[in-house]
Order: sequence, then structure tokens, then C-alpha cells
Amino acid sequence: MKVLQKTPTGIRGLDEITAGGLPMGRPTLICGAAGSGKTLFSMEFLVHGAKKYNEPGVFVAFEEKSEELAINVASLGYDLNQLQEDKLIKLDHVHIVRSEIEETGEYNLDGLFIRLGYAIDSLGAKRVVLDTIESLFSGLTNQAILRAELRRLFEWLKEKKVTAIITGERGAETLTRQGLEEYVSDCVILLDHRVENKISTRILRIVKYRGSVHGTNEYPFLIDEEGISVLPVTSLRLDHQVSSLRVSSGIPALDKMLGGEGFFKGGSILVSGTAGTGKTSIAGSFINEACKNGKRCIYFAFEESPQQIVRNMHSINVNLQEHLDNGLLQFSASRPTLNGLEMHLLSITKMVDKFKPDIIVLDPITNLITVGTASEVKSLLTRLIDYLQAAQITVMFTALAYNDNKTEQTDEGISSLVDAWLLVRDIELNGERNRGLYVMKSRGMKHSNQVREFVISDEGLKLVEVFLGPEGVLTGSARETQLLLEKTSVALRDHAVTRKDREIERKRLVLESKISSLKEEFESLQDELNKSYIEDDLKKNIMEDNRRQMTQKRDE
Amino acid sequence: MSEALQHFGGEHEEEDEHYVLRLFITGASMNSIRAVINLKEICEKYIKDRYTLEIVDVHQEKWRAEKEQLIALPLLIKISPLPERRLIGDMSDTEKVLRGLGIPQN
Repeated sequence: MKVLQKTPTGIRGLDEITAGGLPMGRPTLICGAAGSGKTLFSMEFLVHGAKKYNEPGVFVAFEEKSEELAINVASLGYDLNQLQEDKLIKLDHVHIVRSEIEETGEYNLDGLFIRLGYAIDSLGAKRVVLDTIESLFSGLTNQAILRAELRRLFEWLKEKKVTAIITGERGAETLTRQGLEEYVSDCVILLDHRVENKISTRILRIVKYRGSVHGTNEYPFLIDEEGISVLPVTSLRLDHQVSSLRVSSGIPALDKMLGGEGFFKGGSILVSGTAGTGKTSIAGSFINEACKNGKRCIYFAFEESPQQIVRNMHSINVNLQEHLDNGLLQFSASRPTLNGLEMHLLSITKMVDKFKPDIIVLDPITNLITVGTASEVKSLLTRLIDYLQAAQITVMFTALAYNDNKTEQTDEGISSLVDAWLLVRDIELNGERNRGLYVMKSRGMKHSNQVREFVISDEGLKLVEVFLGPEGVLTGSARETQLLLEKTSVALRDHAVTRKDREIERKRLVLESKISSLKEEFESLQDELNKSYIEDDLKKNIMEDNRRQMTQKRDE
Repeated sequence: MSEALQHFGGEHEEEDEHYVLRLFITGASMNSIRAVINLKEICEKYIKDRYTLEIVDVHQEKWRAEKEQLIALPLLIKISPLPERRLIGDMSDTEKVLRGLGIPQN
């Protein structure tokens, strides 16, 4: 059985979506509006082919001059001139202007065929790009000839066994202005550029891929200094590896609340709370602990600058600068409005792929709402969690709860997605605000159902047992007062106890002396009694003696 | 404006103008053969003895395809007199060929 072979594009993410790349030895049509990235896409296909897969390629440019192309892609770090010198890539600019040409009868495009064929043969090219071949339609007038010739060209490319990309400008109702999709039937990829809420997102969709399974979704893609990367994170399968290893939260008392050891590695943790409840501090301390244990972390900050976070964390005895210096910690700070949501996801996954962290923090995800709707944010986070779980990366999100309502739901509704959910809430009592920390949920482990007071001090974060008094939960100074009261009563009780002890001792001494005097009394009494006994005996003996002597004398 | 001047000049030196033409063809294809026949006919009729015609078979000299910006074939390039003009097709439309070469029809 012969299966369709594929040519990897080398474009990050695309080969995953297409399960291997573009159909080998066949033409693929890339269509999209002006500025949608068609040229860059095809150029990357060639450059990766030349550099990674040892497949030389020919780029036929109908619109841009070779020098312009070289300059345009130089910003991505591709040295086209060098690649041309190394005979890995051949740029050929086709110059065709209608006003300079007179059509005097039947013709065909043999010139292009010979030219292309020569270039392919001289390089041993495996890849060909025709960008944008539709320019021929503006240069030449005879449509019938052009269409027949294009059909012949695509057949010829197949015979040449080159994997080709043909780009086409998007038409009003058709995929391409000249209906090229009719000729290229193997694979059609559509690039789009969409602006919503003033934020643009680039989107890629595989319209058709004959003889292959492929993702049919719209995949966002990013063009940055490293070229194109497509985001394939839409596979929502739930078959991740799970770990039973634990990660400490950096707050010993919190670990204790979480079954004594902390979070699961590869889990997702949500820390939500109202403004100023210390969400960032929890995140900072979590990262600090991880870095201390030699783990790698990325902190995605959407609200504060890295310097700000480092400074603020310093005030609670968490030194993040140290971890930045030894390369364990990386910050990525950007305003949410910098990118569309998808771009955020993409840049996060890109950074994660590069840095390979054990832990990442997103602080706060609530700000992402400004660039998308709640459901979009949820979908983004779902995919992000999926992606991170597959990579066994622990993630901590912080979320701002706008109002301290009792329903305790986060605006993103993502609490059902995460593995552990910590809620930090204000407890207002006696004219002061204190923080209470709850473990709302923690999948797969025994966790405390108790509320703890969460204290941020110079030494760091601490969880204090709240005082359960007759008036309910006491926190802050009320707790302190109660503690003082307790202390006093303890001292008083201690005092009372010692006094009683002394009295007992005294009583004992008194009794003991009494006992000894009684003993002596008894002994003297005993002596007395004994004495009379002896006297009686003596008397009796003497009297008996006397009587015997008397009887003896009478007998004499 | 420049075109008008050129045209004016062209008319002026019409008699001794020498035409340098280069025709690119592909072997013995139908279009190529027709183009050669049609062009020769036109030249003989309108600019007899005032032209040089080079015929290039691109199949034999493939490297020239890129250098000469060849796409559609057959292609006739009028190298001189200036301006350079490009004519494609089998040269069957005599009127267009003459216009392209800047030869006045009589």
C-alpha cells in the first residue's frame, strides 16, 4: 500500500497540523490577502528545506526583486545571498510588464518552463516556490492560453517530482483571484489576517489536503523575528501523563493544608482574590521556592514590570533577582493588548518550548479579558493547560475577582479546569481588613477545609491559624487581642496553681510533724505500758518468791 | 512626450535605420516554426536589407532564459533601434508586429 509521502516545511507547528508537511512532489496552493504572510511562508519552506532537510529550492518571484527578497528575509536571520552562493537556493525574479509586450499571435509559456527546469536541474532542487504566479495574468492578456499553460505547468511540476508552493492572492468570492484552486487540487492552505477589537490575529486554515488527514480548525500563527510559528494546541485529548510528585508552594503552612506536601507536579493552580490580597506574593513565593530547589521558572506578567515585581517581592524577603542572575528565572512582561489572545498563547508556548521551565506563572489572567471575551479566554486557558500538562509543567494563574461576592466564582470560569484553587479573601472585622486563605479545591489529595489567616510580613508569607472564638472567626488584631487574653488567663492560672501547690506543701509539712509527734507519744505510751507490764511481772515473781520462801520457812 | 520625440526622430532617419532583432524559439514547435516564417516574411517585405535577425533556440541555450527574462515564447526582441520592444507570439498578426517594431505601414 502506498501512502502519501510528505515534505516537512520546518515551520513550527505546521508539520504537526498536517501530520508531516506538504504533499511530497505535488503542488500546494497558499492563498491569502495581501500582507497575510504568503511570501514569508514560502520562503521559510525553502530556507528550512535547504538548511534542515538538505533539499535545495528554487524561488521564482513574480512580484519582488531578488535583492528585495533577500533584504526582507534578512531580518529573520536568513542569508539568502549565502544560500545562493552555496547553491542551496536559487532566486529568480520574473519581470513581466504588459506595456512592454506586444502579443502577436499564439504563444505558450515555454520560456518559464525552460527557465524553471534549468534552475531545478542545476541545483538538484526538490522544492519550488512560484510567488505569485497570478502576476502572469496582469502581464499577459490571453486568458485561454494562460489557463491551459498553468494547468500544464502544474502537471509538469509533478513530473519533475518537486514539492511546489504556488501562492495566490485572495479573490472576492474564490480562494484566489484567478481560480488557481481549480488547478492545484492536492493541498490548499488559506492564510488570513483578522482584526477584532483593534487587535490583529493571523490565522491559517487547511482548506483541502487530498489523501491525508489534517486539522480543519483555524490555527492562529505568529510572525516574529524567528519567522512563522503556527499554534497547533487545539487537540483536546485528555490523555496526559500524570505525576504524583509534589511541588512545594513555598509556604510551609500552605503545604500542610495541601496534604502536607504541596501541589502536584504538572498541575494547574488558580489563585484568585480581590485586589491587594497578595496573589502576586503567593506566586512570587511559589517561584522563589522552586528556584531555590534548582527548578526553572518563567513568570508571565501582564500587569507589572519585572523590576517592579522583583522590588515588591524583595519587601517580603523573597529575592527573585538572585534567580534571575543565575538563569533559573525568566520574566516575560507584556501588556495584554500587545497581542491578540492567540498570539499570547503562541508566545507563551514558544517561550516554554525554548526555556523548558518546570513552573510557569501567569499573573494575572484576568487582564487577558481586555483582549478577548470570557469564553475566548477560557478556551485559551484550556488549551494552555492542556499543553502544559502534556509537558508536565506546573502552572499557577492568578485571577482578580472584581467583587468580593459570595458566589466565589472567577470571571473566567476556569475554576473547573484547574487542579487546585486557592482563594484569598478579605475578612473585614473591627475596622480592619485581613486576608483569609481557603483551599477551595485540590484534586487528588486530602486538603484542609479550614480558613487560615494569611499574613504578609517582612519575613515572608505566613499562614496563621485563625482564632475561633465565641463570636466566630477572629483575625488580625482581634485575633491578637484574643491571644493576649488567653495569655493573661494562662498566667493567672499558672499563678493560682503555684499558690495551691505551696499550700499543699505546707499542709503536708504540718501533718508530717503532727504525725511524728503522735508517733513519739505512742512510743512513750507504749513504754509506759511496757513498764507496768514488767513491774507487774517483777511484782508477781517477787511475791511468788516470797510466798515460796514463806512456805519453806514454815516447813522448817 | 518622449515617445513623441522618439517617433519624430524615427521618422526622420527612417531610410537608413538598421534593425537588430533577436527571436527566441523552442526547437521545432508549431509556434516556433510559424514565428520564424511569419517574421522573415514581414522583414523581407518591410525592412529588406535593413535588418539582422538572430534566432535562438532556447532549448539549446537554457541559461539564457533567466538572463533574457523569457516567459512566453516565441519572443522577438527588437534590440535596435531603441527603445527595446518585446513581441510574443507566432507573429501571425502582421499589424501588431509592425506596430511593435515601429515600422510604418504603407
